[in-house]
Amino acid sequence: MKKLVQIENVGMHFDTRNGRFVALRGIDLTVREGEFVSLIGHSGCGKSTLLNLIAGLTLPTAGVLICNGREVAGPGPERAVVFQNHSLLPWLTCFDNIYLAVERVFGAKEGKARLIARTHAALELVGLAQAEAKYPGEISGGMKQRVGIARALAMEPKILLLDEPFGALDALTRANLQDELMRITAATGATVVMVTHDVDEAVLLSDRVVMLTNGPAATIGEILRVDLPRPRDRLALAHDAGFQACRAALLEFLYQKQLRRAA
Amino acid sequence: MTATAMTIDEPAAPAAEKKPPAAPAPKLAVEKSVPATRRQRLGAGFTAALRRFLPPVLGLAAFVGVWALVSKSSPQLPGPSVVFHAAVTLFSDPFYRNGPNDQGIGWNILFSLERVGIGFGLAALIGIPAGFLIGRFKFLNDMTAPIISLLRPVSPLAWLPIGLLVFKAANPAAIWVIFISSIWPMIINTAVGVQRIPQDYLNVARVLNLPESKVFTKILFPAVLPYMMTGVRLSIGVAWLVIVAAEMLTGGVGLGFWVWDEWNNLKVENIIIAIFVVGVIGLLLEQILLLLARRFSYE
Repeated sequence: MKKLVQIENVGMHFDTRNGRFVALRGIDLTVREGEFVSLIGHSGCGKSTLLNLIAGLTLPTAGVLICNGREVAGPGPERAVVFQNHSLLPWLTCFDNIYLAVERVFGAKEGKARLIARTHAALELVGLAQAEAKYPGEISGGMKQRVGIARALAMEPKILLLDEPFGALDALTRANLQDELMRITAATGATVVMVTHDVDEAVLLSDRVVMLTNGPAATIGEILRVDLPRPRDRLALAHDAGFQACRAALLEFLYQKQLRRAA
Repeated sequence: MTATAMTIDEPAAPAAEKKPPAAPAPKLAVEKSVPATRRQRLGAGFTAALRRFLPPVLGLAAFVGVWALVSKSSPQLPGPSVVFHAAVTLFSDPFYRNGPNDQGIGWNILFSLERVGIGFGLAALIGIPAGFLIGRFKFLNDMTAPIISLLRPVSPLAWLPIGLLVFKAANPAAIWVIFISSIWPMIINTAVGVQRIPQDYLNVARVLNLPESKVFTKILFPAVLPYMMTGVRLSIGVAWLVIVAAEMLTGGVGLGFWVWDEWNNLKVENIIIAIFVVGVIGLLLEQILLLLARRFSYE
């Protein structure tokens, strides 16, 4: 499969009042087309920083990131981000929030009817066709996050970047949306990089789980390949030996090798 | 206040109308429960209205009472009844004209409102865009910060001589005073609103690569609107506060001039009426803008 994202020896430091803070160092990672990669690590280890670097929202202080053959020099619609707190514009309806993105990406080439159809299709994909006229303040947290995902998917990005997309949701809603995300990525063949701190979520969704060491100066500790067949079913996997092994490997990394010292 | 008073009274009125036909029918015990619940509902609505309107009514009554007592002990100060009768005669013919210095209360109010409208409108026209620019560009912010903090605390009337000097006429000078004193809250609140836009929204704009015009109409403007409305509300309060003082000095037709004129005529009851009129109009302006602000607030 084609290499979509290449991260080569990337480092990131911030100059603060108390001197230089090194967040990331020596990150090497390749994401292939159609792959689902999770970034996992303790909080503050820089996994969101790494995602922001891929998104182009921040630029690395060392190394290069290449996406689709071009160096990442800033954010762009081919790398759609779903933010942790959904980031919907509260003064626009669900439809208009998505339409804003659709219009930006396809407005130059396509007519208005086609843009509206795209927006409807995106809402349908996340099962929210009936809520299109609602404002973000009028729907639940899970629905907001779905609209955020629909907005990102509607842009037909080369890669979907998810920053703890389900972190703020209750466990049942989270499981629901994870299943939906699996269905959507299977249907669209999307390439995904997801930041998470949930071991089960990482194993269930990913093809590979990238484990980051503790910050400061975090780097990639291990990479776990999850070779479970798709489509995956959370109930069947609960007793699956392969699933348990992956889970154990992650837990071992997080709680034995990288346990936070007196956090 | 008055609008909500009507909506609360309305459901009570039809219930009261239905009561008489139910009362003279002393039939079965089962039917008795119907008028009882109706009466209960009426009673609940009545106590809710009472709880809501009793305190303000009591407060106003106490105020008038104290006023009456004070006016009894000092004969120069007209009491509530004198003022009320003066107000009745005054408002029975609000739009008369007996020459430039003797016009009805209606004209005085309208002229004052016109000055405030022009001065405040010009201030909004300049202050709001200036606030956007100052909030968006740090360089401009740093550039204007010393000027704003230097000029903002200046008493509005200190600007009057400058206005008279530049415009060589009283009316534009009064408008100038309104303009300069009401522009600051709009500049500052708009600028703060722009600076406080959540980074998430701007990140959305960056990921989408929105052009600057779209960033403005879809993100900046709606996000800043609540802050802007607060600035507008503060500004109109200041403008209305200042107009009376400015008109006292510049003359012409207007509430401020009227107050001063009645002082020269020693018609103290009319001055008290003017105070109430200024207060009521200020309250109305504030309420209208609060309503507008609520219309534009999200979440």
